[in-house]
Amino acid sequence: MIEKSLKQQTREAEFVAFRAGSLEFCINIMSVREIRGWTPATAIPRAPSYIRGVINLRGVVLPIVDLGVRLGLPGTEPTARHVIIVAQVGDRAAGLLVDSVSDILSVEDTSIQPTPDVASQLARMFVRGVIAMDGRMISVITMDNVLPAGMDLEAA
Amino acid sequence: MDPMAEIRLTFFQECEEQLTALENGLLSMQEGDSDSETVNAVFRAVHSIKGGAGAFKLNALVSFAHIFETALDRVRSGDLVPDADAMKLFLRAADALADLVAASRDGAVEVTAPYLAIEEEFNALIGGGGAAAEEDEFASLDFQPIITGFDEPPPPPPVAAQNLFTIRFRPLRELFAKANEPLALFRELARLGTLTTTCDIKNLPFLDTFDPEDSYLSWELRLETESQRAAVKEVFDFVEGDCDLVIELAQSAAAPTPPEEMDITAILRKVREEAPTIAAAAIAAATPTPEADAAPKAAKAAVQPTIRVDLDRVDRLINLVGELVINQAMLTQRVLHSSHVRDREVTASLEELERLTREIQESVMAIRAQPVRPLFQRMSRIVREVADATSKDVRLRTEGEATEVDKTVVELLADPLTHMIRNAVDHGLEGPEQRVAAGKPPEGTVRLAAAHRSGRVIIEVSDDGQGINRPKVLQKAIANGLVPPDTQLSDSEIDNLLFLPGFSTASTVSNISGRGVGMDVVKRSIQALGGRISISSAPGQGSTFTLSLPLTLAVLDGIVVTVDEQVFVIPLTAIVETVKHEPSRIHHLGDHSFVLRVRDVLVPLIDVGAELGVRAPASDLRSGVAILIETANGTRSALLVDNIQDQRQVVIKSLETNYMRVDGIAAATILGDGRVAMILDVDALVGPRHHDWAAAETPFAKAS
Repeated sequence: MIEKSLKQQTREAEFVAFRAGSLEFCINIMSVREIRGWTPATAIPRAPSYIRGVINLRGVVLPIVDLGVRLGLPGTEPTARHVIIVAQVGDRAAGLLVDSVSDILSVEDTSIQPTPDVASQLARMFVRGVIAMDGRMISVITMDNVLPAGMDLEAA
Repeated sequence: MDPMAEIRLTFFQECEEQLTALENGLLSMQEGDSDSETVNAVFRAVHSIKGGAGAFKLNALVSFAHIFETALDRVRSGDLVPDADAMKLFLRAADALADLVAASRDGAVEVTAPYLAIEEEFNALIGGGGAAAEEDEFASLDFQPIITGFDEPPPPPPVAAQNLFTIRFRPLRELFAKANEPLALFRELARLGTLTTTCDIKNLPFLDTFDPEDSYLSWELRLETESQRAAVKEVFDFVEGDCDLVIELAQSAAAPTPPEEMDITAILRKVREEAPTIAAAAIAAATPTPEADAAPKAAKAAVQPTIRVDLDRVDRLINLVGELVINQAMLTQRVLHSSHVRDREVTASLEELERLTREIQESVMAIRAQPVRPLFQRMSRIVREVADATSKDVRLRTEGEATEVDKTVVELLADPLTHMIRNAVDHGLEGPEQRVAAGKPPEGTVRLAAAHRSGRVIIEVSDDGQGINRPKVLQKAIANGLVPPDTQLSDSEIDNLLFLPGFSTASTVSNISGRGVGMDVVKRSIQALGGRISISSAPGQGSTFTLSLPLTLAVLDGIVVTVDEQVFVIPLTAIVETVKHEPSRIHHLGDHSFVLRVRDVLVPLIDVGAELGVRAPASDLRSGVAILIETANGTRSALLVDNIQDQRQVVIKSLETNYMRVDGIAAATILGDGRVAMILDVDALVGPRHHDWAAAETPFAKAS
């Protein structure tokens, strides 16, 4: 039994599934710090369009990325029903603005398929792979490129 | 962490303190302080380092410290009176010792030529061979604890006869505070043998200055006993540290003294009756008693108790308090806005809460506040090095070392200050011959002073050198293409040329200053700290660089403004005044450029909304409030905002922690409603996009 659980640990990972626009995505649960409701953000001057602004997360200034806009989908005006997924990116934190959180998935490594070639260049930057599940397609998001590229330069 | 590594870490931390004490002591010796306490302190510092280093088998450190110590021992014993050259050697040795400590910490010890040279010089100083003769002593050296107050001779051989101990016992205030009682101790002693007590009451003050909780009495005890010293000492175990105690074995079997009945209360009563007369007598005595003389010295040596705290913990606390302040403001706002009845008690409680939070915030900030002393001490080393390299005689005078500034400010100040000090010695001061020719003392002076002034820290670096050579500076600026050849500049404008990027060029590169780091970098790092820098210079008399810095990087006074529904904070330090906004004072210069006339001076008027991309540039700026600001380089501009809401202190929150630097934004903050607001970076806002404007006022600013 112990052997089995060990085996599971090495091969299975949990993902938080959510919707943005009409699409379904998921993100490794290990990089999710918390999930909270939408609060109005303060705009940052000269920020890219997918940066909604910053919010106050218990005294920390947290940038909010509109994931839909980041992926090239049309933006929506956030309402109280929208959700912010606070995720860890390296040693920074960022909030992802999404429509709703739908599920927690346990996925085996083997069932994550490589991103199909048809995907646009933009999507390929953030989508690490896709999961086919119950007739749905869920894209696995990697946080690495979600924030503006200049940030890494600034950090160095 | 394994225990040894932890002890090692502590050792190196202590080394830092010892090195500071060492340098302090040497510097005051150099100033002519020949007090034996100072010499002892210096000696102790080196000795402690040597002892600790021995325990960790840091042999290079041990042997160097040993030679240093040997030389200092000669000074301590009076065999050697250090002259100016010897003092310089000591200081150099202290620097070398610091380097060795650092090298030992990083695990890379290499005994290189400089150390050996200093060792040679020491050998010459102390008459050679000294170190070699004592080789064995430090080769077998083991861990030596720091000397404690009680110097105990080795225990006497056991004798059957009666021992006579003289015990000098002076309880301190703490002894009584911890509910100990001398009488109980004396009873305990009396149980060991025959005890004679003599009470010393000469320290009793007048009744009007008498503090009932203080301790004024001391006793001289004579104890005849068969017990050994250890047994006698054991009696005082519980009061150790709370009293001055000297136990001496006087002789075995001296003339027995008749036991005297001891009644402390009676003595005390007697003392109290006699106190005024005794005190009067004591004052009347022309010469102060040795004890009275020694007292202030002891007080000087007493160090305020401190604890070492992990910086992370302090920062966490500061962050938490920052949140507390915001939450308190939010709570107040909500309660006052939502409650139907204005409950006076609630209001009062909220006010009390606000006062408390503010006080907590201030106290917590004070934890991070550090005196600039260590920073200044580092500078004295820089001065020595540069003076050596340029063969100039330089003395560093420091003032206001106790001035406290936020730790981060102190740390970030080290590099710019180093550069300025190097400049002062290398470029500012003349060589000795030149100085004498100019009628100055051959020894140049660099002054480093710190002071608090109206909520900021002012740091001045000045030298008594030749001053800024303005024709040369202007010539170079023209040669580098920084200013057009036919420009007429005022003196202060020429001085400010030094801060231009691209001014410091290859023609001035020496191996000391001019390592590719110009004054523009200094200026930028000072500005990054929220500070300003200015120069004043008089030809032939020297130059002064003045830094004005915020006390802390955690909070800032600012005014809260709105631009197109968005809230921004403008740092108060940049603001000169708010200007009455009258359409007649605005002049259009085309291409969405405007100038504002403020008392016949035309300054650029910057529409903050358009500049930050909040709204499209307007073709006329008829509404809003203009705020006249002054940037770090002294140029003035006016910022146009929609409204001024409030003036308040805001907690600075980094935008870079989770996002990145934004041009025109200095940082973020969290306002009373819990929302984030941007703090404007006034210099950046006015600077890069308005070169043409700046050029109109100060021609040379057309740098890029």
